[in-house]
Amino acid sequence: MQSDHTILRKQVMAPEVNEYVVSAPVIAKKAKAGQFVIVRIAEDGERIPLTIADADAEAGTITLVVQEVGKTTIEMGRLAEGDALLDLIGPLGKPSHVEKFGTVCMIGGGIGIALICPIAIAMREAGNTVISIIGARTKELLFWEDRMRATSDKLYVTTDDGSYGVKGFVSDELQRLLDEGRQIDTVTAVGPVPMMRAVCTTTRPHKIATVVSLNPIMIDGTGMCGGCRVTVGGETKFTCVDGPEFDGHLVDFDELVQRQSYYRDMEQAVAEECRLAQQHPEAGPKKRTASAG
Amino acid sequence: MSENTENQVGNDPPVAKEKKPRREVKPTKEPMPRQDPQARGKNFNEVALGYTEAQAVSEAERCLNCKKKPCIAGCPVEIDIPAFIGLIAKRDFRGAARKLKDKNSLPAICGRVCPQEEQCEKVCVLGKKYEPVAIGRLERFIADWELEHGVEVPEVALPTGKSVAVVGSGPGGLTVAGDLAKLGHRVVIFEALHKAGGVLVYGIPEFRLPKAIVAREVEYVQKLGVEIRLDHVIGRIYTIEELMNEEGFDAVFVCTGAGLPYFMNIPGENLAGVYSANEFLTRSNLMKAYEFNRHHATPIKVGRRVVVVGGGNVAMDSSRTALRLGAEEVHNVYRRSRVEMPARDEEIENAEEEGIIFQLLTNPVEILGDDKGRVRGVRCIRMELGEPDSSGRRRPVPIEGSEFELECETLVMAIGNGANPLISQTTPKLEVNRWGYIVADEATGKTNIPGVYAGGDIVRGAATVILAMGDGRVSARAIHEYLMSKE
Repeated sequence: MQSDHTILRKQVMAPEVNEYVVSAPVIAKKAKAGQFVIVRIAEDGERIPLTIADADAEAGTITLVVQEVGKTTIEMGRLAEGDALLDLIGPLGKPSHVEKFGTVCMIGGGIGIALICPIAIAMREAGNTVISIIGARTKELLFWEDRMRATSDKLYVTTDDGSYGVKGFVSDELQRLLDEGRQIDTVTAVGPVPMMRAVCTTTRPHKIATVVSLNPIMIDGTGMCGGCRVTVGGETKFTCVDGPEFDGHLVDFDELVQRQSYYRDMEQAVAEECRLAQQHPEAGPKKRTASAG
Repeated sequence: MSENTENQVGNDPPVAKEKKPRREVKPTKEPMPRQDPQARGKNFNEVALGYTEAQAVSEAERCLNCKKKPCIAGCPVEIDIPAFIGLIAKRDFRGAARKLKDKNSLPAICGRVCPQEEQCEKVCVLGKKYEPVAIGRLERFIADWELEHGVEVPEVALPTGKSVAVVGSGPGGLTVAGDLAKLGHRVVIFEALHKAGGVLVYGIPEFRLPKAIVAREVEYVQKLGVEIRLDHVIGRIYTIEELMNEEGFDAVFVCTGAGLPYFMNIPGENLAGVYSANEFLTRSNLMKAYEFNRHHATPIKVGRRVVVVGGGNVAMDSSRTALRLGAEEVHNVYRRSRVEMPARDEEIENAEEEGIIFQLLTNPVEILGDDKGRVRGVRCIRMELGEPDSSGRRRPVPIEGSEFELECETLVMAIGNGANPLISQTTPKLEVNRWGYIVADEATGKTNIPGVYAGGDIVRGAATVILAMGDGRVSARAIHEYLMSKE
């Protein structure tokens, strides 16, 4: 009864970050920048939301970039080309608001680079001048620099440790551009919550409209459960049907973090088991990176 | 009482010229065997165990087979109740199953979750003097008997060449799909979730409606030729217009459920540990969170003390689920008194027996959090009943100065659902009322768009499984007429 969603291509982008090109003809035709899918990989598995990083209507594929942070994403990391996702539901959420704003700044942090990319492409197609800033903790976690360069009029790259590009956070680079008096009409930021929050703090005094894409805990993705609710401007919104993009200056990030971390203790124990189970067959300990956002 | 002559069914007994021998009727229903309240509060197994054959026959013999048969009109899907009960009395269980399936594709579900006391049993003639015939329990008995002894699939009509898209695989969708398939139409159900059944799988708990039963009823509808496409969120992957213009469906039936949980708009509702009933029940039922770590990957957190807000069946389901998930104390907070509770009496009684603590005439005013943004309690106020409001029920009024705190680590809001906007937002031509529910003709389910019909909670607001099924039944007839009149 489920459709066939075979993984046609899988590539390791960075340690514990994988790119999957998945067969999904109908979703590929319908997907717009900023939308997401919900994935389930096992009969007893949870439903996790993943942003669509690319959609190729002609090839009938979508691209997902996934960081291994919990049970499901770790198990997904074990899937190989030719394996299929059990469930793939989408496209969900409202597409990004794309129009000609003038100069737009597209900011992607860590895994968020994959998610800002389609928005940057859409913004460019709409006639905007695109300035992009991408960043990661360290050089080996950076990916898609080439893709981002191809779709940006100007690209800046940062790493927290200075191992590549400019040392510092993406928000520091944004601050520098604003200090230089660079005209920026809107900002879209996707990445870990602290990064999105820092970007909003940076743009607030300049009154630059700033959109963030949220990734809270979610189950059905259709508005039915309300688990993904966030407070935006004092009002409760459901990320799955009202978002995932919101005005970053109005988002209650503290609440978002608290809600996101509610199951962390339970999930970490399970994720640990998964990692052990994953390492066991190769009998060699793999380097483990802490999970971001 | 086996030789009672009145219980001949099939043809109406001739009007008695001479006085019929009066037979003794047992004044009370054959009791439903149930799991012990102590034991069942700790497991998810079904509470009501179902009649044995002997119990069913004995209960069936209570039917007077009266002339007026008001029970049939009392049933939203018009089951010929006296006929199937008469067949039970004759121990013709196969025949009874056929009779039941004539009108109801999902009897194992209705027999469990229908509010019979408000419908068929409410108007039962026997009920004027004694307890009414336990129609619901007999329906369940026959449905279970059939599942156990092999389900017969009726013949379906020759293909008509017409096709219908059904949006949602809940009770309304399964009913309309089954009926239309029997009439020879090609039917495809689009279900947003990864499992078919809608509220029957994500909402109603295992202990009230085992999921294996739902799966069997879904299978039955598939055996009639219905195709179910899971993981399809209509409004996103296809709009209603696309279903008709691009995917080639001749008609669409929308029964997506209400599906947008209400909150109270009081402070603290977005604290971690506050769930909508939909989320709480979905985690437990659909995602099997109660088996977290053992098999299933979706977590659920239930504190030592749980507060459930609301007085409907969903609130009872949530309270009883919380108990089974290990809560030591479950408080049910409801703003009116017990008589106004919309939940079925049976469910309230079950909850009471299991030890749910009722805080009636009580309303939450603020949910309290700790320094990590997690629920630590709820401040409530006591209420008293004032003048009747628009619903005819006495309006609850806060008693000044009566505020108090209830400590809890988990809070579940079970106060109903609004209209899900996914369809209406993406089908702007579709007429909705000011609450966002689809406007549909009561007698046919017709909306303002030709070929588009709707029923169930997305039309009615929060209602019941059987009313959604009734809508499906009515719309199936209307859609059939529409399809056959169209060239």
